[in-house]
Amino acid sequence: MNESLLINITLAVLFLPLIGFTFTVLSGGKIKKAFTFEVFISSITLILSVFLLYAKISAFVEKDILFSFSWINFGILPKWGELNIKLGIKLDNITVIMAFVVTLISFLVHIFSVEYMKGDKRYNRYFAYLGIFTFSMLGIVFTDNILGMYIFWELVGLSSYLLIGFWFEKKSASDAGKKAFIVNRIGDIGMFAGILILFFTYHTFNFNEIFEQMSAGKIPFNSDFWMTLTGILIFMGAIGKSAQFPLHVWLPDAMEGPTPVSALIHAATMVAAGVYLSVRIFVMLTADTMLVIAIIGAITSFIAATIALTQNDIKKVLAYSTVSQLGYMIMAVGVGAYAFAFFHLVTHAFFKACLFLGSGSVIHSMHHEQDIQNMGGLRKKMPLTYISFLVSTLAISGVPFTSGFLSKDGILAGTLAFGKLTGHWLIPIAAFTVALMTAFYMFRLVILTFHGEPRDVHKFEHAHESPKLMVIPLIVLSLLSLFIFYTPNPVSPDQGWFLSEWIKTPSQVVPENSRFDFLINSAGEQTNHGKIIHSVEYTETLHSVHYPALFLSLILGGLGILIAFVIYQWKKINPDAITAKIKPLYLFSLNKWYIDELYDKTFIAGTLLVSRLSAWFDTNLVDGIVNGSAYVIKSFSNIVGWFDKYIIDGFVNFTAFLSGFLGIGLRRLQTGKVQTYIILVIVSAIILFVFFRPF
Amino acid sequence: MVNIPYLSLITFLPVLGMILLLFIPKNKPEAVKILSLLVTVIQLIIAAFLTMNFDYSAGGVFEQSSFQFLEKFRWIQLTGISWLGNLKIDYFLGVDGISMPMVLLTAIVSLIATISSWTIAKHIKGYFAMLLLLNTGMMGVFVSLDMFLFYIFWELMLLPMYFLIGIWGGPRKEYAAIKFFIYTLFGSVFILIVMIGLYFSVQETIGNTKVFTFNILEMMNQSNYTADGILSPLNPYNLRFAAYIALFVGFAIKIPMFPFHTWLPDAHVEAPTPISVILAGVLLKMGTYGILRISFPIFPEITIQLSWYIALFGMINILYGAFCALAQKDFKKLIAYSSVSHMGYVLLGMASLSSAGITGAIFQMFNHGTITSMLFLIVGVIYDRAHTRGLDDFGGLASQMPVYTGFVTVAFFAAIGLPGMSGFISEALVFIGAFSNDTTRITAIISTLGILFGAGYMLWALQRIFFGKLNEKWSSLTDLTAREYIMLIPLSIIIIFLGIYPSAMLGMMNTSVNSLVNFITETSNIITAGL
Repeated sequence: MNESLLINITLAVLFLPLIGFTFTVLSGGKIKKAFTFEVFISSITLILSVFLLYAKISAFVEKDILFSFSWINFGILPKWGELNIKLGIKLDNITVIMAFVVTLISFLVHIFSVEYMKGDKRYNRYFAYLGIFTFSMLGIVFTDNILGMYIFWELVGLSSYLLIGFWFEKKSASDAGKKAFIVNRIGDIGMFAGILILFFTYHTFNFNEIFEQMSAGKIPFNSDFWMTLTGILIFMGAIGKSAQFPLHVWLPDAMEGPTPVSALIHAATMVAAGVYLSVRIFVMLTADTMLVIAIIGAITSFIAATIALTQNDIKKVLAYSTVSQLGYMIMAVGVGAYAFAFFHLVTHAFFKACLFLGSGSVIHSMHHEQDIQNMGGLRKKMPLTYISFLVSTLAISGVPFTSGFLSKDGILAGTLAFGKLTGHWLIPIAAFTVALMTAFYMFRLVILTFHGEPRDVHKFEHAHESPKLMVIPLIVLSLLSLFIFYTPNPVSPDQGWFLSEWIKTPSQVVPENSRFDFLINSAGEQTNHGKIIHSVEYTETLHSVHYPALFLSLILGGLGILIAFVIYQWKKINPDAITAKIKPLYLFSLNKWYIDELYDKTFIAGTLLVSRLSAWFDTNLVDGIVNGSAYVIKSFSNIVGWFDKYIIDGFVNFTAFLSGFLGIGLRRLQTGKVQTYIILVIVSAIILFVFFRPF
Repeated sequence: MVNIPYLSLITFLPVLGMILLLFIPKNKPEAVKILSLLVTVIQLIIAAFLTMNFDYSAGGVFEQSSFQFLEKFRWIQLTGISWLGNLKIDYFLGVDGISMPMVLLTAIVSLIATISSWTIAKHIKGYFAMLLLLNTGMMGVFVSLDMFLFYIFWELMLLPMYFLIGIWGGPRKEYAAIKFFIYTLFGSVFILIVMIGLYFSVQETIGNTKVFTFNILEMMNQSNYTADGILSPLNPYNLRFAAYIALFVGFAIKIPMFPFHTWLPDAHVEAPTPISVILAGVLLKMGTYGILRISFPIFPEITIQLSWYIALFGMINILYGAFCALAQKDFKKLIAYSSVSHMGYVLLGMASLSSAGITGAIFQMFNHGTITSMLFLIVGVIYDRAHTRGLDDFGGLASQMPVYTGFVTVAFFAAIGLPGMSGFISEALVFIGAFSNDTTRITAIISTLGILFGAGYMLWALQRIFFGKLNEKWSSLTDLTAREYIMLIPLSIIIIFLGIYPSAMLGMMNTSVNSLVNFITETSNIITAGL
């Protein structure tokens, strides 16, 4: 096993999907079965990335494997120094795990889509788009530098755009695609500005090189403020991509795309890229940046959870739960629970992909019915879908023995410790409230969809369990939602291989005076809980809040589930009665806090207004001056022309006229008679004599 | 080895073709087309040959010896005409890393435009004659190193362009043609005045005598300035600042820079497709090229002094162009305003006076040439079929013309600056450069908003034309023809290739740009120290 082999395999994993895309998109129109090539590529990619995971974890668990090449080399530039833009690959444990998650879910979604998309007129193109998505997403995963991150960041944006608007005949779908791309670009501008600051300061895009220089004390413009700002700007990319408040509005609309796409891109992988980015830049976050991140995450998870409570579209509930869970992960980065942020990313990817594919299975069998008010009782018709959906719901609700319990508990403990250490108690409060709400709305969804009596009997009659190709992915994903894949101890993830061996929180590199006190290294010190990376105080606090957090989350999760059963299963309380009592709140939640309406009235209307004003200004003023000056010159030349014609030429003509006139008068003298001439001569001679008197 | 005058060949081949063309009888339009095509193909072959033999390590810019494919001889010499003294004009051609990409671009765009002209039906002979003449003018501007010669080529383009718009244009062609003509001529007058001013301020040493000169490179050499020349830095009452502004306005009209841009939408809307392609693809680059070739190195101290304003106008172009594009209802006008926006990046990059920024600017000139050519071809495709360009007249074309839609997607995302396409690299370099200079940093930050609005108008247009239910009116539209493939495929390949492997072109500019940047700093220091 050597490093160059791993690099070659990584390159294969990265570029195979691109080959799949190119082939499928070019031949899709002619070869009917072109999609099989794409599915085949996707399976090879999966196998290779499993190997990559195994090889990295078994042979190089402590070592990062690096590979880079010079992409654009300017050599030495005046006023700048060396400018050599490199791209490259960085394989650490996070990378290979993430690559495995992406390729596995991508493969399962390919399989699922073979059935789900059957009969679509752009069948091959759909698979091609999946290929370019997988390529771009893997690019984000493997890159060792922030420019590469940005490049692939935009490319996933493109594939997301293409797939959301896949059924472009629907206006809502093409609107949603456009909205997703543009809203993401707002975040990307911030990220781009952050990258500019980093590159200007460090003259490199490479993460490791930036962090090295940073730990040596070099920070942008030598100021903590700029360091914080840079962190926040780059984090803006994550706000866009991971659908964080205030840019979360695109994700629920993105559900216009085919459901397997929602599972792959808008639940499991692409939207988690923001979390992945935050994890990558974790070491360069100052205390202020982290606080901003924690607050954004908390607000997002809270808002999204409150909205999810009242939605009736099965995919919308799941979409808001995704936003809420992403908020969790972002919050985890903000409170310093680095490892749990990534852990939750992985567990969430599996159970959320399972939930989305499960919802796809339901929608497929209900003939594109998405309203849970028209469902019910499907448990009997679709037992396998039901069981896998239930397992994933237990996981997202944080019930013991599931993966979600482990990762969520870690985040909750992290927020609690953060509250205790910094006094920002609102963050743990939000986090625990969300845990309660999540358990409630997810079970509301399960009960309304699968339990009770069917509410649309006609559709229920036609419902059936989905074909094998759709069910197998569900089973695989629900199995991965169990604890056993991550740790042998179902209540404490810390002892599992995932966290104790693979994922370790790195020490930060920002100057100590701009870090949270509890993140200042006291590396190497031993405590009762093993070797620690951060301060003793932090480790102690985390340990002390572990059990309180665990019990609190169990109680709240259980309570949420109980309330859901009381209302929807046992019908002890009529939900309509409650909503009637809190009508304004209910409407507020149902209408998604009116955030879309607010943006429509302000930003969108504002932009359109400015653009119309610009266009008006352009035609009437800027061009008006041009045409106006042309008019003025024309008028002036008309005046000059008149002057020329009547005054100047008039004078000329007058002279001519005068001579003519005189000529006519004098002509009479020329009679042609000799006598007249003699008289004229004599008279003239006399006049001359009189005047000149020569004698 | 015989020195083959490659640059003269590439410049005057079209005129030669034009003369031959006049002998072709009127009833053989195909022969006219094929001859024009042949000329542009040979031109592209020469350009490719030049590119391959181009020495990446030669700087050019201010140093005659490091220019490549040099041709220089005395063209006009009149001795002792009264107060003029010795009038001397050189036929002086050469390329460096700044002009080489433009020569290549001109050859590519001319070929594409010739293919695109195949459907011209009216006065075919006259049309192609004008097209070839225009071609010579464009090429000449990019290879001239004598300002008089530069000016002649500059003016030479006006005439064919005027007729090409005025005769083969759309409904308001007369208005558009005359507006284009007068506006550009207005700018040319400024260039002419500055050129004469420079002539009387710069003396080249030939043998032992000093003679006035139009040689651009000699104008950059500070030791050539006379003590009392009107544009000489040695003259305490010099008019260099005013001259810079005048020259800049002359070039800015061509870019076109706000507020001198309003001729562009009119000219584009009225011009036939191939002429739009040339106009956007090559002609707009002449303004920024002129600034880089003439304004920057001849007036370096004023360039530095005014760089903030140049960046400011770049920023205005980017944002204002984008906003105007957002409000358009005509497809072609939208693309025209997007040109205004994209040329703003060129200004911003140049204003940074940094290597990254100027490289980005030149690369952006090239990329805008290819991307916008593609966009105008795309407009042409739909206009040929539907005879309308209203963005709201269409809808759902993606299902009717899937291949066409594929090319449109490539071109639109290239214009948006999607990574993997050439436009991304040039915009990123412009931003890196502009951010690295204290003077232009703020404008760079604000200009990033252009990335957002660019996506806005492009995607909105894409949606209005191609998505949604197919408008039944258009259910008979056919997808691309072979001729359209021939134009769109090479452009797509160039755009994607340079997006993945930009070094292919960046390497060509690198040395020259560095020497330009150094030259500006050093010469400006010399001038300011001398004051």
